[in-house]
Amino acid sequence: MRHISVEPPPFFHRGPSPLARLAFFGLLSLALLFADTRYRYLESVRHAVAVVLYPLQRAVQLPAEVLAQVTSYFSSQAALAEDNAALRQQLLSEAPVVQGYQLLLQENARLRALLNVEKRFQGATTAAEVLYSGRDPFTQKLFVDKGESAGVQPGQAVIDEVGVVGQVTRVFPYMAEVTLLTDKDHAVPVKVERSGVRSVMYGAGSGRLPELRFLSPNVEIQAGDKLLTSGIDGTYPSGLAVAQVVSVERETGQIFARVTCKPLAGVEKSPHLLILGRAAAPPQRPEEPAESDTPRKGRGRHRG
Amino acid sequence: MPHLPSFAPARPEEILLPVKPWFVMLTLILGLIGNLIPVSGVTLRLQPDFLALVLLYWCIQEPRLISVGMAWCLGLLMDVADATVFGQHALAYAVLAYAAEYFRRRVLRFPLWQQAAQVAVLLLFCAALVLLVRVVGGAPIPRWTYAVGPLVGALLWPVVTTLLQWPQRPRRSQAEV
Repeated sequence: MRHISVEPPPFFHRGPSPLARLAFFGLLSLALLFADTRYRYLESVRHAVAVVLYPLQRAVQLPAEVLAQVTSYFSSQAALAEDNAALRQQLLSEAPVVQGYQLLLQENARLRALLNVEKRFQGATTAAEVLYSGRDPFTQKLFVDKGESAGVQPGQAVIDEVGVVGQVTRVFPYMAEVTLLTDKDHAVPVKVERSGVRSVMYGAGSGRLPELRFLSPNVEIQAGDKLLTSGIDGTYPSGLAVAQVVSVERETGQIFARVTCKPLAGVEKSPHLLILGRAAAPPQRPEEPAESDTPRKGRGRHRG
Repeated sequence: MPHLPSFAPARPEEILLPVKPWFVMLTLILGLIGNLIPVSGVTLRLQPDFLALVLLYWCIQEPRLISVGMAWCLGLLMDVADATVFGQHALAYAVLAYAAEYFRRRVLRFPLWQQAAQVAVLLLFCAALVLLVRVVGGAPIPRWTYAVGPLVGALLWPVVTTLLQWPQRPRRSQAEV
């Protein structure tokens, strides 16, 4: 005698079992994760989906924008007058610097001409507004409202009124992704303003302060020193304020000093940012001699 | 004249009307929009994954409409929207959909607050899975606030359930009222 089959009759059949589907899609996700972290093969797919998502994102942002406009329309006249006075005061106090700057620029240009040095390229800058901060808890990113249509390119430096905020890492048609200084392993080549010591500042992830690695304990640096970009990598123009040294620990047992610093710019707070134009293409990297044992120096670029 | 059902969770003995597929799609899109709301600071830490909640609800209530594959595709969409690594949300949502299908009969037996506790475990498990995969991939370990989003999501579970099952509750006739 035949016993009754346990399988559902074919007209109730609903494809492979949930576990099989989970195994298939789980493995596919892992493969994607690997491909994206390791090789970044999928940027074009991301680009295409981002274009589809864009109207939805704009639609969500619209109410907030309207609200902000309405509030600014009804902001009291007294507050505006106060603001205006403060800004005038600031303008006045900075006037000598600005006027002197013009003179210095001319002088610099003349000296450079004398020395036959290439002109410093001053690329166009783009003012941008922060749309929202990235929701991925593992990275430190934010999104600004200027993208490919405004001529933004990956690799451009982003600053606010105080100092460097980060670097453009992905560009979509109407917005761009900025990786912040505090993102893990985001590197900025810096020099100490006071002593001229060069180093590279590495971000340490959310809630932790960036640090300078591989500085020997006797290096000329102390808490309170200001760090400027050194401009060596060709990504960040030189002379931009980056951070202030918070603490220097020199332990006798350690090979390197432990230097932590605090970014000067409101890295996660500034609503208005400036995207700096790319400096002129840096000269070609010299060919590395084959099979030399010179240690390769880190290039100070964000892994990307 | 039919009356609208009262705005309260359905009693266990109540039989719900069949759901319309367009309504499922609409709520999923609303969940996606909820995730796209531009926030920062404390609000960002408190923001639950609305899409995951809606997805979980439909996977528990109507497993015939939402499959693991569909959850995975929605996850890919979220990966682009959040600019995370490809596959991160996709993996979480696929696991969520499977877990929902596995546990649905058990979850549905309980009152809403006890359901919320089980949902919290599911959401936290998915968050832990994502954490594991990302940390193995070289990401830093995030702060403890990482666990706040899933917990807020679980707290919202009774609200989400009440909202989503409202259109399915039978309209009461005048005689019953």
